[in-house]
Amino acid sequence: MSATAVTSAPPPSAAAPSAPAWRSSGALGLGIATLWLSIIVLLPLSAVVVRSLDGGLGAFWDAVSSRQAVAALRFTVLVSLATAAVNVVGGTLIAWVLVRDRFPGKKVVNALIDLPFALPTIVAGLTLLTLYGPRSPFGINIAFTQAAVLLALLFVTLPFVIRSVQPVLIELDREMEEAALSLGARNATIFRRIVLPNLVPAILSGAALAFARAVGEFGSIVLISGNIPFRTQVSSVYVFKLIESDAPTSAAAVATVLLLVSLAVLLGIRALGHWGARHDR
Amino acid sequence: MTVDRRWRISLRVLALGYLALLLLVPVGLIFFRTFEHGVMGVWESITTPAAIHAFWLTIEVTAIAVPLNTLFGIVMAIALARGNWRGKGLVNALIDLPFAVSPVVIGLSLILVYGVNGWLGGALADAGIQVIFSVPGIVLATIFVSLPFVVREVTPVLREIGDEQEQAAATLGAGGWTTFRRITLPAIRWGVAYGVILSVARCIGEFGAVSVVSGKISGQTETLTLLVEKRFANFDLAGAYAASALLALIALGTLLAMTMIKPRREEGDA
Amino acid sequence: MISVTGVTKRFGDYTALDDVSLEVPDGSLTALLGPSGSGKSTLLRIIGGLESPDAGRVVIHGEDQTSVAPQRRGIGFVFQHYAAFKHMTVRDNVAFGLTVRKRPKAEVAAKVDELLEIVGLAGYQKRYPSQLSGGQRQRMALARALAVEPKVLLLDEPFGALDAKVRADLREWLRKLHEEVHVTTLLVTHDQEEAMSIADQIAVMDHSRIEQVGTPRELYDRPETPFVMRFLGPVTQLGEALVRPHDIALSVDARPGSFEAQVARVVHLGFEVRAELVLGDGEEIAVQLTRGEADELEIAVGDIVHVRSTVLPRALAGGAAREPEPDALSA
Repeated sequence: MSATAVTSAPPPSAAAPSAPAWRSSGALGLGIATLWLSIIVLLPLSAVVVRSLDGGLGAFWDAVSSRQAVAALRFTVLVSLATAAVNVVGGTLIAWVLVRDRFPGKKVVNALIDLPFALPTIVAGLTLLTLYGPRSPFGINIAFTQAAVLLALLFVTLPFVIRSVQPVLIELDREMEEAALSLGARNATIFRRIVLPNLVPAILSGAALAFARAVGEFGSIVLISGNIPFRTQVSSVYVFKLIESDAPTSAAAVATVLLLVSLAVLLGIRALGHWGARHDR
Repeated sequence: MTVDRRWRISLRVLALGYLALLLLVPVGLIFFRTFEHGVMGVWESITTPAAIHAFWLTIEVTAIAVPLNTLFGIVMAIALARGNWRGKGLVNALIDLPFAVSPVVIGLSLILVYGVNGWLGGALADAGIQVIFSVPGIVLATIFVSLPFVVREVTPVLREIGDEQEQAAATLGAGGWTTFRRITLPAIRWGVAYGVILSVARCIGEFGAVSVVSGKISGQTETLTLLVEKRFANFDLAGAYAASALLALIALGTLLAMTMIKPRREEGDA
Repeated sequence: MISVTGVTKRFGDYTALDDVSLEVPDGSLTALLGPSGSGKSTLLRIIGGLESPDAGRVVIHGEDQTSVAPQRRGIGFVFQHYAAFKHMTVRDNVAFGLTVRKRPKAEVAAKVDELLEIVGLAGYQKRYPSQLSGGQRQRMALARALAVEPKVLLLDEPFGALDAKVRADLREWLRKLHEEVHVTTLLVTHDQEEAMSIADQIAVMDHSRIEQVGTPRELYDRPETPFVMRFLGPVTQLGEALVRPHDIALSVDARPGSFEAQVARVVHLGFEVRAELVLGDGEEIAVQLTRGEADELEIAVGDIVHVRSTVLPRALAGGAAREPEPDALSA
């Protein structure tokens, strides 16, 4: 997946004259496509919000403010923030090495970055459990700990910051760095004052995408975390438990909160896209 | 800035070390553990009736979801890149939702609409159609999660290449459909291909949403990913690894296809 | 003074510079002139320390700087595409070299204001490069380079990305600036008009070598190779020799050393007349006449006329040059 695909706001100068040829059939096509989008996505998601109120505002509030719900949400947000933070550092580092360094096998490594996009989350969870759980060949057992959740999230969110930063790094005007060199700056200064400021929007978008993904992640966590309430239970698993206990309204309430978080992050990413392009001309 | 040698090596070691521990070693281990006790056991494990059914169910669901979303993706991409219509910004934002919403919430949302007590579920049940705990539910969930891929890959390609060629075709007498078939489609084919590959990978790998809606009835509504979980829950580790290895193999194949097509899609028309 | 000796640079199989030597006098404005691929930018970058040579030495003001990092050479570098720090304001851009050297804020602010005044961007402190035109960005880049009081100013095709009019204006402005500021300046360009109009000294380069070094006048009047002659001005080939079009005389009858040609077209351009002729070997040439001359000769399409050089030719099409006799054969 191109991580940048979500972040790119349409270029401001994209005048899009509609080709006269397709106008009528085009409008029909667009209508059907929008209908498709509505039925597949909008309808179900609105059901979550609407039906969360099935039992009234009181029941909604009870479900959302229960101790377990709050604990799950708190843990989810914290561990997702941690994931984003680690990715900011690790992802930028890896993107740097992939763009600026040369070594045998670099192309293979570059391709493997997308593995978490291609691999089913349950398989990811199983392999991490195998490696860092009770039967670990390294003797490292962190199963059923909060660290395990972080680990799983780092796996599935690996590509986001990397793929967001790479194109910006590739496009970066090397002459800016040479100009700074000629003006007397050392490498550390150049990185800090020239390269990094230009990478910040991309890093933040990637981090926001990673955060959004981490907040909702389920498959990779469900095996390794043990889902211990108040310790390693994330909101998505909590919702799952509510569904299984036949409490769909409560589940919908907690899910609505999660939806709001997702929406906020999505809007933030769009704003970041605009902000990042402010100096481009 | 030319980084001096010591820094360059250290950065490289750090980066590659992180990747190895997080990515390579785990995946490598799956294959190792799978074939630890020989190939025959593995083969038997993935050819049980449940496994075969799971495999074909996964394929079937993917084969329905991907073409539909591809069609949607192309139409929507053209509308987004070429048109100026009311609500365009809103729709553009909505398309990203499947990326940002938790799979469990997706599953829940489908239950709330199509479940027995759902908005449409009751009416559908009267008509004899069961969605939740049945294949249609799985299909709907899979369509949901893989919806944005083709749109998101094709729209930038369309923007890049501009519509001059299409205008030229119009002046030469080509009608809308001909222009689309002979000018637009060839120009976007690699973007479409890449989007399709990403969609396929997503469909095959979906777990959370399907976990909620399928009921996991073995031999009926169990996909490959659900099979992995079930086997693990039943302490059939070898079986879980075998199914995982199969999925990992498919994932690697997807990765290969992605790597080959990625450079092509930027050319517009290879 | 900058002294480059025996510099060679290869990129893989490709030789960018082949045993190049050059002396740039203190305080001069020297142009490195040549077509793309001639190696001029590479030479500039080696002098600036952005590339290092495979062989040879670079001596600046008596010190061997061949392996010295660019930060410590005391040079200012201006790039064709400005290399503006697009995320910083104009003020922060110009101040950059000074802040790197940790100068006190007051000093930096004063210097920035002074420089912006000099380059005509006073009041633009808080703007961002994306809000400036190309010409303004380049002037900012110059201010930025000058802020650290470099011993040497290196400009790599600084006006290449600008419109013709802006280019012409800025070129004159650069010359004036040079006369005010007097920093040894080395300018890379492929535009001979640019080099001729502002440089004290021009080094013409082709295919990784320096062809000739001299003042604009020297190079134009006494080119040493056919390449230099062709590059610096229009050239017509008469037989074996290369002649400037304004050194060609047209006559109705044959004269010593003249060539026969047939008139293909006569174009009246206001005061001037251009006669397009075809030589015996099929070569097409153009000769410029005043109206008076054209009327006197009464030439018409199809006529056979004779053309000859009014100066002794400098360079043979094949290569070697000959010393001219100052007195030309007059028309």
